[in-house]
Amino acid sequence: MAFQSPLAKVRGLGSAHTGTGHWWMQRVTAVVLVPLSWQLLVFLDLTRSAPYQQTIEWLSSPFNGVCIIVWTLAAFYHAALGLQVVIEDYVAREGIKIISIWAVNLIFSFLAITALVAVLRIMVTG
Amino acid sequence: MAEFTLPKNSVLTQGKTFSAPKGATRIRRFEVYRWDPDSGENPRVDVYELDMDSCGPMVLDAILKIKNEIDSTLTFRRSCREGVCGSCAMNINGKNTLACTKAIDSYPSTIKIFPLPHLQVVKDLVPDMTHFYAQYASIKPWIETQTPAPADSERLQSHEDRAKLDGLYDCVLCACCSTSCPSYWWNSERYLGPAVLLQAYRWLVDSRDETTGERLDDLEDPFKVYRCHTIMNCTDTCPKGLNPAKAIAEIKKLLVTRQQG
Repeated sequence: MAFQSPLAKVRGLGSAHTGTGHWWMQRVTAVVLVPLSWQLLVFLDLTRSAPYQQTIEWLSSPFNGVCIIVWTLAAFYHAALGLQVVIEDYVAREGIKIISIWAVNLIFSFLAITALVAVLRIMVTG
Repeated sequence: MAEFTLPKNSVLTQGKTFSAPKGATRIRRFEVYRWDPDSGENPRVDVYELDMDSCGPMVLDAILKIKNEIDSTLTFRRSCREGVCGSCAMNINGKNTLACTKAIDSYPSTIKIFPLPHLQVVKDLVPDMTHFYAQYASIKPWIETQTPAPADSERLQSHEDRAKLDGLYDCVLCACCSTSCPSYWWNSERYLGPAVLLQAYRWLVDSRDETTGERLDDLEDPFKVYRCHTIMNCTDTCPKGLNPAKAIAEIKKLLVTRQQG
């Protein structure tokens, strides 16, 4: 390795030909979350101020329920994309980096599916 | 892991103080980073008090005065003394700039002079630019064409297309921007950094170049381009008033356009 030229070091393994989709989806999910977060605030306010039955009825309406589902999916996707960037920035050791990103994706997928099932259950069973 | 503290052998110590000559009235204090690889000692900060009545107006004039009249061991790069060669890039009072175009009077009190951040130091104010230049070479900073040049004329370019190169061709590759970028500090092995990406964009928008797609292919990488998080230190520090952050944003727009457009 010591005899590798500076240009060979820079070229390394070459370009991965990815990254644009990741970067773009981070922006898309951020934009999607802006209007949907209003619906989330309404929902959170209901959980605090309204009776249980009224909150369930609000969430059971197709529009409100879908808004909360899309918010959940977009938020967890956005969070996973963002955490991946943080890990790539600060974790230099390749093994730890790959395992960390893999763990983040797994945890956020689990959380997103859990939230999705919970809302669907309320929407279906009322 | 990103390093947030200095290694033991890089911790600064207090160096020598060279007082102003007797009778000097307009005295300015300069604190200069000194490190000699042959001494085995930690880097130190030497203090020089200069008489401004016998010193030129720019920071480089002060550094030259120190070398010529006070301490000939001070090592630094300089050449054109007018902001064209980019040799005298250094960190002055916490901000990367060219010593030759920065007036001493633009600083209120003590002037602290350090080498460009986060590069290996060769000696005193001289950083190792090898990796930076290799990154520049990696983006193939020359025109690439398949069509042969016209037999009896140069490759033509409209005034509008030529204007697209303004603010890009002017870069002197001083590395002030790249070495001010935290993303470049943490990931310079793979992230190309603002200066090299500005040059990459300079060839992407050159209407005479015929390899835009291949150039984008080479750049499309989570580390080569996408370590840029629009921190904007590059644009803030550029001593030539250029906007590398905008050039990087334009590269990202090209990459998205060819995928989504």
